[in-house]
Amino acid sequence: MFARITLMELKLTLREVVVPLFVLVLPLGLLLGFGFQPGSRHPDAHLGGQTSAAYIAAIGAGICLAILGLNVLPTALAGYREKGVLRRLATTPVRPVYLLAAQIVLYAAAALFTVAVLIAVGNVLFGTPVPKALPAFLAALLLGIAALFAIGLLVAAVAPSGRAGQGIGMILFFPNLFLGGVYIPREAMPAVLRDIGDYSPLGATLKTMRDAWMGTEPRVAQLAIMAAYAVVAGFAATKLFRWE
Amino acid sequence: MPVIEVTNLHKRYGDTVAVDDVSFSVERGEIFGILGPNGAGKTTTVECVEGLRAPDRGRVSVLGLDPRRDRAELTQRVGVQLQESELPEKMKVAEAVALYGSFYRRPADGARLIDELGLAYKRDTRFGKLSGGQKQRVSIALALAGSPEIAVLDELTTGLDPQARRDTWQLIEQVRDRGVTILLVTHFMEEAERLCDRIAVIDSGRVVAIDTPAGLVARVDPEQRIRFRPSPALDDRMLRELPEVHTVLRSGDHLTVTGTGALLQAVTSMLARNDIIAADLRVEQTSLDDAFVALTGRRITQEA
Ligand SMILES: Nc1ncnc2c1ncn2[C@@H]1O[C@H](COP(=O)(O)OP(=O)(O)OP(=O)(O)O)[C@@H](O)[C@H]1O
Ligand SMILES: [Mg+2]
Repeated sequence: MFARITLMELKLTLREVVVPLFVLVLPLGLLLGFGFQPGSRHPDAHLGGQTSAAYIAAIGAGICLAILGLNVLPTALAGYREKGVLRRLATTPVRPVYLLAAQIVLYAAAALFTVAVLIAVGNVLFGTPVPKALPAFLAALLLGIAALFAIGLLVAAVAPSGRAGQGIGMILFFPNLFLGGVYIPREAMPAVLRDIGDYSPLGATLKTMRDAWMGTEPRVAQLAIMAAYAVVAGFAATKLFRWE
Repeated sequence: MPVIEVTNLHKRYGDTVAVDDVSFSVERGEIFGILGPNGAGKTTTVECVEGLRAPDRGRVSVLGLDPRRDRAELTQRVGVQLQESELPEKMKVAEAVALYGSFYRRPADGARLIDELGLAYKRDTRFGKLSGGQKQRVSIALALAGSPEIAVLDELTTGLDPQARRDTWQLIEQVRDRGVTILLVTHFMEEAERLCDRIAVIDSGRVVAIDTPAGLVARVDPEQRIRFRPSPALDDRMLRELPEVHTVLRSGDHLTVTGTGALLQAVTSMLARNDIIAADLRVEQTSLDDAFVALTGRRITQEA
């Protein structure tokens, strides 16, 4: 039953053409676009010693996570509530929380898939390493997903409509991209901004992923703040979530 | 034993009393209607039956189950059509019916259901691309997707065109003939009259009357009314002398006679004895509409 619902959600998401476009095609396009530039394989001191190909692969992964968590998830869930889909489900033997769980599982799987594709393509075409500290990388990735998705759930919990969910998501999305170092690399940021950014949801995710990718153990404080985002936002979301 | 029993149900939203002491019971195999004006508390009442809302006071028992406590069992056996709910826009009709069917122990034959609801030619159409009436029919299909023992249908045919409405009535009768008990919320007198075995008239959260459609009509105004143009003209007194006649009103050439019992027969045979022809003869009976107005003091808002 759960598998069936998740499969249906997958079908519906694929029909929502912009979602796969932003979640897979955009990060991959960025990687290919920057990766084929001359010099993309040379370690760059301005990028903390990463090659620009490895750097852009991580950025692509971050964008994918942020879009899924701050955008796709709240829009979809708030929209389902607004249309009465959750309420309708509550009259069947399936509890609406299944639908919520199916979405989380599906989008988390989509995030993992995109990251795997980025790692593979980067490795084969542009010589970027397979994450050197793999367990730490996975921890960073999963905590990043948990943090960003929990914030998305909180948005879905309080947004009165699908449109409002999308709006609030956007308000969070762009500052997160900025603080996370998507527009300008964190290495190029003023120290104050960098310090703030390193503890923002996306910034912490990106930094720890990049560290682990290069084989440096990520900072525990950053992993801890990601876990804190996940727990606090997740708890608030379960308290505030309205099914109708 | 009744399959649905609602006793002294109360429900309020903040300061609004939505349901103010509603009691009724529905027998197995019956089509039971809930009729009332906008805001009467119909939806709130059936949502308490479905277990979607918790009553403030009173008891609701459905198939011997408590709709809130025994949700897992209740949802298996009760199919629901909500007054307002949509499906994801990109979900196709056949997908929706198959998915909802898969939620139940005894899924209905999805292809047949789609056929019966006249949706076969739309089976691969996305929900967002359906017309209002087609969406409504999908929603009825989903209510039946689990072969329920009871179907609760809120505003069954709102938004359907007259032909689709008649088709849906026929479908509901077929469903009932299979033994499904139906609890029907409606705005339409014609629908209530045609479909319902019994009707509860609800107004401002209270039950005003529970009866068969004919019983409701009789309860309000047992009087009949006959209008005709006598030719040649006749003396009103000849009519007044008949024991069945109560009043005779003259307007121009036309007479309006009211009375009870075998009024029509008494009047026509008297006319025949006197070789008088009754032209433009019209017999008016109290309709459910009239009964409703008499019971609630207002006309129901009809949405065409
Ligand atoms: N969720 C809610 N919150 C607050 N008030 C509500 C809510 N739902 C219904 N009401 C109020 O309760 C009363 C009864 O509403 P209900 O929906 O049960 O009426 P109804 O008979 O189904 O009306 P309609 O024919 O318009 O569907 C109305 O005054 C309505 O405004
Ligand atoms: Mg209603």
